[in-house]
Amino acid sequence: MNHRIEKRIQLQAPVSRVWRALTDYREFGEWFRVKLDGPFVPGQVSRGQITYPGYEHVKWEAIVQKMEPEGLFSFIWHHSLDPNADIANEPTTLVEFKLEKNESGTLLTLTESGFENLPENLRLEAFPRNDGGWTEQMKNIENYVVQGS
Amino acid sequence: MSYKGRSRVTARRRLRAPVFAALGDETRLSLIAKLCGGQPYSISQLTRGSRLTRQAITKHLRVLERAGIVHSVRRGRESRFEFDPEPIAGIKEYLDFVSEQWDQAFSRLKAFVEN
Repeated sequence: MNHRIEKRIQLQAPVSRVWRALTDYREFGEWFRVKLDGPFVPGQVSRGQITYPGYEHVKWEAIVQKMEPEGLFSFIWHHSLDPNADIANEPTTLVEFKLEKNESGTLLTLTESGFENLPENLRLEAFPRNDGGWTEQMKNIENYVVQGS
Repeated sequence: MSYKGRSRVTARRRLRAPVFAALGDETRLSLIAKLCGGQPYSISQLTRGSRLTRQAITKHLRVLERAGIVHSVRRGRESRFEFDPEPIAGIKEYLDFVSEQWDQAFSRLKAFVEN
Protein backbone atom coordinates (compact mmCIF):
# COMPACT_ATOMS: atom_id res chain seq x y z
CA MET A 1 0.00 0.00 0.00
CA ASN A 2 1.46 3.32 -0.98
CA HIS A 3 0.70 5.91 1.68
CA ARG A 4 3.16 8.48 0.50
CA ILE A 5 3.11 10.96 -2.29
CA GLU A 6 6.01 10.82 -4.69
CA LYS A 7 6.58 13.15 -7.63
CA ARG A 8 9.41 13.42 -10.10
CA ILE A 9 9.97 16.38 -12.32
CA GLN A 10 12.68 17.16 -14.85
CA LEU A 11 13.74 20.79 -14.70
CA GLN A 12 15.74 22.43 -17.48
CA ALA A 13 17.83 24.37 -14.98
CA PRO A 14 21.11 23.74 -13.17
CA VAL A 15 21.01 22.16 -9.72
CA SER A 16 22.30 25.38 -8.17
CA ARG A 17 19.31 27.27 -9.60
CA VAL A 18 16.80 24.71 -8.34
CA TRP A 19 18.47 24.59 -4.94
CA ARG A 20 18.07 28.35 -4.62
CA ALA A 21 14.43 28.25 -5.69
CA LEU A 22 13.78 25.64 -2.99
CA THR A 23 15.80 26.98 -0.10
CA ASP A 24 15.85 30.76 -0.44
CA TYR A 25 12.74 31.68 1.54
CA ARG A 26 11.73 34.48 -0.84
CA GLU A 27 12.15 32.33 -3.93
CA PHE A 28 10.34 29.42 -2.28
CA GLY A 29 7.53 31.80 -1.44
CA GLU A 30 7.22 32.89 -5.08
CA TRP A 31 6.33 29.52 -6.55
CA PHE A 32 4.86 27.89 -3.46
CA ARG A 33 2.74 30.98 -2.83
CA VAL A 34 3.59 31.74 0.75
CA LYS A 35 4.97 34.86 2.38
CA LEU A 36 7.62 33.59 4.79
CA ASP A 37 8.87 35.59 7.77
CA GLY A 38 12.53 34.64 7.39
CA PRO A 39 15.17 32.24 6.03
CA PHE A 40 15.02 28.46 6.40
CA VAL A 41 17.30 27.18 9.16
CA PRO A 42 17.60 23.47 10.01
CA GLY A 43 15.92 22.67 13.32
CA GLN A 44 13.98 25.92 13.38
CA VAL A 45 10.35 26.73 12.85
CA SER A 46 9.50 28.51 9.62
CA ARG A 47 6.40 30.69 9.71
CA GLY A 48 4.45 32.60 7.14
CA GLN A 49 1.14 33.22 5.48
CA ILE A 50 -0.17 31.41 2.41
CA THR A 51 -0.70 33.77 -0.53
CA TYR A 52 -2.56 31.31 -2.75
CA PRO A 53 -5.87 32.93 -3.74
CA GLY A 54 -8.66 31.69 -1.51
CA TYR A 55 -6.25 30.38 1.14
CA GLU A 56 -4.86 33.67 2.42
CA HIS A 57 -6.23 32.94 5.89
CA VAL A 58 -4.07 29.81 6.13
CA LYS A 59 -0.84 29.92 8.09
CA TRP A 60 2.35 28.23 6.95
CA GLU A 61 4.23 26.49 9.71
CA ALA A 62 7.03 24.02 9.22
CA ILE A 63 10.15 22.83 10.98
CA VAL A 64 13.15 22.63 8.68
CA GLN A 65 14.90 19.27 8.93
CA LYS A 66 17.80 18.92 6.50
CA MET A 67 19.55 21.28 4.15
CA GLU A 68 22.29 19.39 2.33
CA PRO A 69 23.44 21.85 -0.35
CA GLU A 70 22.21 20.94 -3.84
CA GLY A 71 21.17 17.50 -2.60
CA LEU A 72 18.39 17.38 -0.04
CA PHE A 73 15.99 19.83 1.53
CA SER A 74 13.36 18.58 3.97
CA PHE A 75 10.84 19.88 6.45
CA ILE A 76 7.91 18.68 8.49
CA TRP A 77 4.66 20.59 8.39
CA HIS A 78 1.10 20.28 9.56
CA HIS A 79 -2.03 20.29 7.44
CA SER A 80 -4.36 22.20 9.71
CA LEU A 81 -6.46 25.04 8.34
CA ASP A 82 -7.08 26.34 11.84
CA PRO A 83 -5.45 29.79 12.19
CA ASN A 84 -4.66 28.98 15.84
CA ALA A 85 -2.94 25.69 15.05
CA ASP A 86 0.54 25.31 16.51
CA ILE A 87 3.06 22.96 14.94
CA ALA A 88 4.15 21.87 18.41
CA ASN A 89 0.77 20.22 18.94
CA GLU A 90 -0.25 19.23 15.43
CA PRO A 91 0.39 15.95 13.65
CA THR A 92 2.87 16.46 10.83
CA THR A 93 4.00 14.95 7.55
CA LEU A 94 7.56 14.94 6.21
CA VAL A 95 8.32 16.66 2.91
CA GLU A 96 11.60 15.87 1.16
CA PHE A 97 13.04 17.38 -1.99
CA LYS A 98 15.91 15.46 -3.56
CA LEU A 99 17.95 17.00 -6.35
CA GLU A 100 19.97 15.08 -8.92
CA LYS A 101 22.03 16.59 -11.67
CA ASN A 102 21.59 15.12 -15.16
CA GLU A 103 22.21 16.07 -18.82
CA SER A 104 19.02 18.08 -19.12
CA GLY A 105 19.46 19.92 -15.87
CA THR A 106 17.97 18.73 -12.61
CA LEU A 107 15.80 15.80 -11.68
CA LEU A 108 13.76 16.80 -8.67
CA THR A 109 12.01 14.19 -6.54
CA LEU A 110 9.47 15.11 -3.92
CA THR A 111 8.15 12.73 -1.31
CA GLU A 112 5.62 13.49 1.35
CA SER A 113 5.09 10.81 3.99
CA GLY A 114 3.47 10.32 7.37
CA PHE A 115 -0.17 10.68 6.32
CA GLU A 116 -1.09 7.99 8.84
CA ASN A 117 -0.44 10.60 11.52
CA LEU A 118 -3.24 12.84 10.31
CA PRO A 119 -6.81 12.80 11.54
CA GLU A 120 -9.28 11.31 9.11
CA ASN A 121 -11.32 14.41 8.41
CA LEU A 122 -8.52 16.90 7.77
CA ARG A 123 -9.35 19.52 5.19
CA LEU A 124 -11.93 17.41 3.42
CA GLU A 125 -14.81 19.45 4.74
CA ALA A 126 -13.24 22.56 3.26
CA PHE A 127 -13.48 21.32 -0.29
CA PRO A 128 -16.32 20.45 -2.55
CA ARG A 129 -16.29 16.74 -3.07
CA ASN A 130 -17.14 14.60 -5.94
CA ASP A 131 -19.78 12.30 -4.55
CA GLY A 132 -19.47 9.66 -7.20
CA GLY A 133 -21.83 6.74 -7.02
CA TRP A 134 -21.15 3.47 -5.33
CA THR A 135 -19.71 1.88 -8.46
CA GLU A 136 -17.25 4.67 -9.05
CA GLN A 137 -16.12 4.59 -5.42
CA MET A 138 -15.60 0.87 -5.64
CA LYS A 139 -13.60 1.18 -8.83
CA ASN A 140 -11.43 3.87 -7.25
CA ILE A 141 -10.81 1.85 -4.15
CA GLU A 142 -10.14 -1.32 -6.07
CA ASN A 143 -7.55 0.48 -8.19
CA TYR A 144 -6.00 2.04 -5.12
CA VAL A 145 -5.80 -1.23 -3.24
CA VAL A 146 -4.56 -3.25 -6.20
CA GLN A 147 -1.95 -0.71 -7.30
CA GLY A 148 -0.61 -0.34 -3.82
CA SER A 149 -0.45 -3.99 -2.87
CA MET B 1 -26.57 -0.64 -0.59
CA SER B 2 -25.91 3.06 -0.89
CA TYR B 3 -22.87 5.20 -0.51
CA LYS B 4 -23.09 7.00 2.78
CA GLY B 5 -22.64 10.76 2.93
CA ARG B 6 -19.60 12.53 4.20
CA SER B 7 -21.31 14.50 6.97
CA ARG B 8 -21.13 11.61 9.39
CA VAL B 9 -17.42 11.30 8.84
CA THR B 10 -16.56 14.94 9.37
CA ALA B 11 -18.32 14.83 12.71
CA ARG B 12 -15.79 12.28 13.92
CA ARG B 13 -12.16 12.95 14.50
CA ARG B 14 -10.80 9.50 14.04
CA LEU B 15 -7.21 8.94 13.15
CA ARG B 16 -6.13 7.54 9.84
CA ALA B 17 -3.55 5.32 11.48
CA PRO B 18 -5.86 2.31 12.08
CA VAL B 19 -6.95 2.41 8.44
CA PHE B 20 -3.36 2.53 7.19
CA ALA B 21 -2.41 -0.25 9.58
CA ALA B 22 -5.38 -2.33 8.46
CA LEU B 23 -4.29 -1.96 4.84
CA GLY B 24 -0.71 -2.97 5.55
CA ASP B 25 -1.31 -6.69 5.15
CA GLU B 26 -1.72 -8.86 2.08
CA THR B 27 -4.43 -11.07 3.56
CA ARG B 28 -6.50 -8.09 4.56
CA LEU B 29 -6.02 -6.52 1.15
CA SER B 30 -7.26 -9.70 -0.47
CA LEU B 31 -10.30 -9.70 1.85
CA ILE B 32 -11.01 -6.09 0.87
CA ALA B 33 -10.59 -6.94 -2.80
CA LYS B 34 -13.29 -9.59 -2.38
CA LEU B 35 -15.64 -7.55 -0.18
CA CYS B 36 -15.39 -4.31 -2.11
CA GLY B 37 -17.59 -5.81 -4.83
CA GLY B 38 -20.41 -4.78 -2.52
CA GLN B 39 -21.71 -8.22 -1.66
CA PRO B 40 -21.56 -9.31 2.01
CA TYR B 41 -19.70 -12.54 2.77
CA SER B 42 -19.79 -14.91 5.74
CA ILE B 43 -16.60 -16.06 7.44
CA SER B 44 -17.09 -19.53 5.92
CA GLN B 45 -17.34 -18.06 2.44
CA LEU B 46 -14.23 -15.99 3.00
CA THR B 47 -12.31 -18.96 4.42
CA ARG B 48 -13.21 -21.19 1.48
CA GLY B 49 -10.45 -21.16 -1.12
CA SER B 50 -8.03 -19.57 1.34
CA ARG B 51 -4.96 -21.21 2.86
CA LEU B 52 -5.85 -19.63 6.18
CA THR B 53 -7.92 -21.01 9.02
CA ARG B 54 -11.28 -19.64 10.00
CA GLN B 55 -9.71 -18.18 13.15
CA ALA B 56 -7.05 -16.37 11.17
CA ILE B 57 -9.62 -14.92 8.77
CA THR B 58 -11.75 -13.85 11.72
CA LYS B 59 -8.80 -12.08 13.31
CA HIS B 60 -8.13 -10.14 10.10
CA LEU B 61 -11.79 -9.23 9.76
CA ARG B 62 -11.75 -7.81 13.30
CA VAL B 63 -8.83 -5.56 12.39
CA LEU B 64 -10.76 -4.32 9.36
CA GLU B 65 -13.84 -3.87 11.51
CA ARG B 66 -11.99 -1.77 14.09
CA ALA B 67 -10.75 0.48 11.29
CA GLY B 68 -14.33 0.86 10.05
CA ILE B 69 -13.51 -0.78 6.71
CA VAL B 70 -15.99 -3.63 7.23
CA HIS B 71 -19.11 -4.03 9.31
CA SER B 72 -20.66 -7.27 10.41
CA VAL B 73 -24.34 -7.78 9.88
CA ARG B 74 -26.30 -10.72 11.21
CA ARG B 75 -28.13 -12.80 8.68
CA GLY B 76 -30.04 -15.50 10.51
CA ARG B 77 -27.55 -17.59 12.45
CA GLU B 78 -24.53 -16.27 10.65
CA SER B 79 -22.65 -13.00 10.61
CA ARG B 80 -21.80 -11.53 7.29
CA PHE B 81 -19.20 -8.94 6.60
CA GLU B 82 -19.97 -5.92 4.52
CA PHE B 83 -17.52 -3.44 3.06
CA ASP B 84 -17.70 0.27 3.98
CA PRO B 85 -15.86 2.44 1.45
CA GLU B 86 -15.68 5.57 3.61
CA PRO B 87 -12.39 5.16 5.47
CA ILE B 88 -10.39 4.20 2.38
CA ALA B 89 -12.19 6.66 0.11
CA GLY B 90 -11.46 9.41 2.64
CA ILE B 91 -7.75 8.65 2.66
CA LYS B 92 -7.55 8.26 -1.09
CA GLU B 93 -9.39 11.51 -1.62
CA TYR B 94 -7.09 13.38 0.72
CA LEU B 95 -3.93 11.95 -0.85
CA ASP B 96 -5.31 12.84 -4.29
CA PHE B 97 -5.99 16.36 -3.08
CA VAL B 98 -2.48 16.88 -1.66
CA SER B 99 -0.98 15.27 -4.75
CA GLU B 100 -2.85 17.70 -6.98
CA GLN B 101 -1.58 20.65 -4.91
CA TRP B 102 2.00 19.45 -5.45
CA ASP B 103 1.42 19.09 -9.19
CA GLN B 104 0.30 22.69 -9.35
CA ALA B 105 3.16 23.91 -7.16
CA PHE B 106 5.64 22.02 -9.34
CA SER B 107 4.35 23.53 -12.54
CA ARG B 108 4.85 26.96 -10.96
CA LEU B 109 8.36 25.92 -9.83
CA LYS B 110 9.16 24.73 -13.33
CA ALA B 111 8.13 28.05 -14.85
CA PHE B 112 10.03 29.86 -12.11
CA VAL B 113 13.42 28.13 -12.58
CA GLU B 114 13.29 27.69 -16.35
CA ASN B 115 12.69 31.35 -17.14
